[in-house]
Amino acid sequence: MNDFLIELEGVSFAYAEGRQVLAGADFALGPGERVGLIGANGCGKTTLLHLIVGLMPWAHGEIRAFGKGRRTEADFAEVRRRAGLLFQDPEDQLFCPTVAEDVAFGPLNLGNTPDQARAVVAETLHSLGLQGYEDRITYKLSGGEKRLVSLATVLAMKPEVLLLDEPASGLDEETEARITAILADLPLAMIVVSHDREFLKKIVTRAVCLRDGSLHPFSLDTLAMQGAPESC
Amino acid sequence: MRRSLNTYLSSERFPPVQATGSKLEPRFVIRPVLAEFPFSVTADTSCHYIMVCETFSQHDSFVHRLDPRVRVVVAGAFSVLVAVSGSFTVPAVCMVLAVMAAGAAALPAKATLKRLAGVNLFILLLFATLPITEGGTALFRIGPLAYGREGTLHAGRIALKCNAIALALTALLSTMTTITLGHALGRLRVPQKLVHMLLFTVRYIEVLRHEYIRLARAMKIRGFRPGANFHTFRSVGYLLGMLLVKGFDRSQRVAAAMKCRGFRGRFYLLTVFSAAPRDAVFCAASFAVLSALVWLELA
Repeated sequence: MNDFLIELEGVSFAYAEGRQVLAGADFALGPGERVGLIGANGCGKTTLLHLIVGLMPWAHGEIRAFGKGRRTEADFAEVRRRAGLLFQDPEDQLFCPTVAEDVAFGPLNLGNTPDQARAVVAETLHSLGLQGYEDRITYKLSGGEKRLVSLATVLAMKPEVLLLDEPASGLDEETEARITAILADLPLAMIVVSHDREFLKKIVTRAVCLRDGSLHPFSLDTLAMQGAPESC
Repeated sequence: MRRSLNTYLSSERFPPVQATGSKLEPRFVIRPVLAEFPFSVTADTSCHYIMVCETFSQHDSFVHRLDPRVRVVVAGAFSVLVAVSGSFTVPAVCMVLAVMAAGAAALPAKATLKRLAGVNLFILLLFATLPITEGGTALFRIGPLAYGREGTLHAGRIALKCNAIALALTALLSTMTTITLGHALGRLRVPQKLVHMLLFTVRYIEVLRHEYIRLARAMKIRGFRPGANFHTFRSVGYLLGMLLVKGFDRSQRVAAAMKCRGFRGRFYLLTVFSAAPRDAVFCAASFAVLSALVWLELA
């Protein structure tokens, strides 16, 4: 048995309309690793994250998470508790009327009492510099605030791994700097999808590129270069 | 790893985010603005946005301080009593009670009358049709049509009932935010599905409006001007269809996001209401009065 947190072996996935986005993809995330995931628009980066937490049925291959092979909905229910997925659009993630309820949603589902959940909410918001946001109305937050609150909703579940889908896209400089500092500071293994190489450089320890349905290592030196290399 | 995240979360590492928006509670009014395309976006200065505008919940009064659960129960019992009563006396007394409740809730007169005017537009329709269709003693005739006395009384009774209920609901329910109403219903053990449909509506109505406005603007900047022609019907059809498709897609993504956070079909409410002695007094007094009215109705 190895100690990878998440492992994909020969995973293939095609959309119902026939478009193949993953074809025998292999990937492994070790403890403490922070992996940048890059690739062209529509190449399947989001799909890969969604497969890891079992949101889509896949055709072939093996997905292992936290030392166990995962196949059924019950398997993935556990994975979702331990791997926090940050969605691309915070509007999808924040569905409760107020910030406190949204952040408490995960902890309450995990069986916390309302009082415990409230404590987790206060603690999580405080650690992200969002103190006093409890009673704010989610749909009236700014784009940057929505992104930070989304991150709080994921962190409130105390995940062991973070799966971040373009966490810094469409943010102003100040909010992007804040998100970058938070992510660089978090003591968690993570997979970060992003097109922004400068942003990734500050956060990840290595990077992979999703191309033609499989993952290729992508050197950090290349990543450090200005401008995209042709291959990815 | 888990332990270190706990340590991480319990320490302060970042300065507080400077809040951009106001901390005001949302306000509620659904405004039919069909005259312009896209729907008029001229905001009422008292409202921060269009779809959800809760004018009455922002004040403070005796009613505002009552436990929302008590207000919901009393408003429900009151409405049922008024709706089923067959006499004139009970709705008339109820109308007086509703006016008293409006006074206790310190409802702003202008906004309240505006709201009641909306209800009474439908009532006008009843006054125009019921006396003619119900027959009875003719009060006067317009050509071949006889305007009957019984029908007029019937329409009058409906008008009284409608206004009493609308006024009482404005006083008791509009004085809380829609979110609070949802939570109160949840605590009163109203089926979860209904409560959450209400809360989801409050949450997403604004997102849908933004999507609608984005699409409508995209049409407008390409020279679309609505008219009574096939092109307009088809284009508006596309717009509505696209809204439906986008709404469906979003619902799928929201459901996935909920699943990721451990959702297993059960919602937990965070809000806890606590009843004060005045809530008990208000509840007891209300039910005493309502019981007396039931007795009056049956007598």
